Amino acid sequence: MLPMNWLFKYANPHNFMRLSAGLLPFTAIATVLCLGAGLYFSFSVPPDYQQGTTITLLFIHVPADFMAISAYGAIAACSLLSLVWRHPLSDTAARAAAPLGAIFTALGLVTGALWGKPMWGTYWVWDARLTSFLLLLFLYLGYMALWNAIEDEVRAARASAILALIGAVNLPIIVYSVEWWNTLHQGESIISGKLAPVFLWPLLIMMAGYGFLFLTLWMIRVRTEILNRRSRTLMLGGA
Amino acid sequence: MSFWQMGGYGDFIWPAYGVSALGLLAAIVWTLKAYGDAKARLKALEGKTP
Repeated sequence: MLPMNWLFKYANPHNFMRLSAGLLPFTAIATVLCLGAGLYFSFSVPPDYQQGTTITLLFIHVPADFMAISAYGAIAACSLLSLVWRHPLSDTAARAAAPLGAIFTALGLVTGALWGKPMWGTYWVWDARLTSFLLLLFLYLGYMALWNAIEDEVRAARASAILALIGAVNLPIIVYSVEWWNTLHQGESIISGKLAPVFLWPLLIMMAGYGFLFLTLWMIRVRTEILNRRSRTLMLGGA
Repeated sequence: MSFWQMGGYGDFIWPAYGVSALGLLAAIVWTLKAYGDAKARLKALEGKTP
């Protein structure tokens, strides 16, 4: 029960505003440091023996993909919390993460296409990894559209949470698509240790940078929504 | 000059970095602007409330 009590304590809007105000300077500084160092190391690595200098694209493509999947995972987790425990801040957090996740997904698709052309000879192919990743972008767009389509916030939150949880089925499909099907996209190379350390470290630093950036923007977006709710309450009170 | 050519792959690498920078910058600007607007709106409303 302790983790749930802890979660509910900090999921209180007032406590969240206090906690996030203290955390934001640290996550913002960590973002600048990690992205700065990551960019420097990205352009300092030697060319890959197979992919040449296009290996440089690894350092922006993989972090974007990683954050696109992580952001959707966060939305699904918040949606589950919202549906089971009906906590209003969970809805806010899920809604705030969606546009950021959609941007990371779009960046993953564009950088992947620009990497695919010189390596595969084509910008796009309908293989399992690329198609399931495109589906993730549509899930983000559908989730945001559903939130905006329903006027009653409680109903909108409920319907969007159900959609988010159904869409979460796509996450393991994206991750394991390269193992389950024969794809043009290369297989996993980080956890299996196939990636040389000279490329691994800049990649991990860039992933941390993207992660801190997402966390920073996510907290600011949740704060924005809390302030907007206060404004709506004041407007209703004055009407 | 060779740095910009990136071993002949500059036409793919630089647009990818450019799009990424633009996308992330847009997300930052959009988020901060919305936050600033929300703070200003609330402040104005609190000023009106007796």
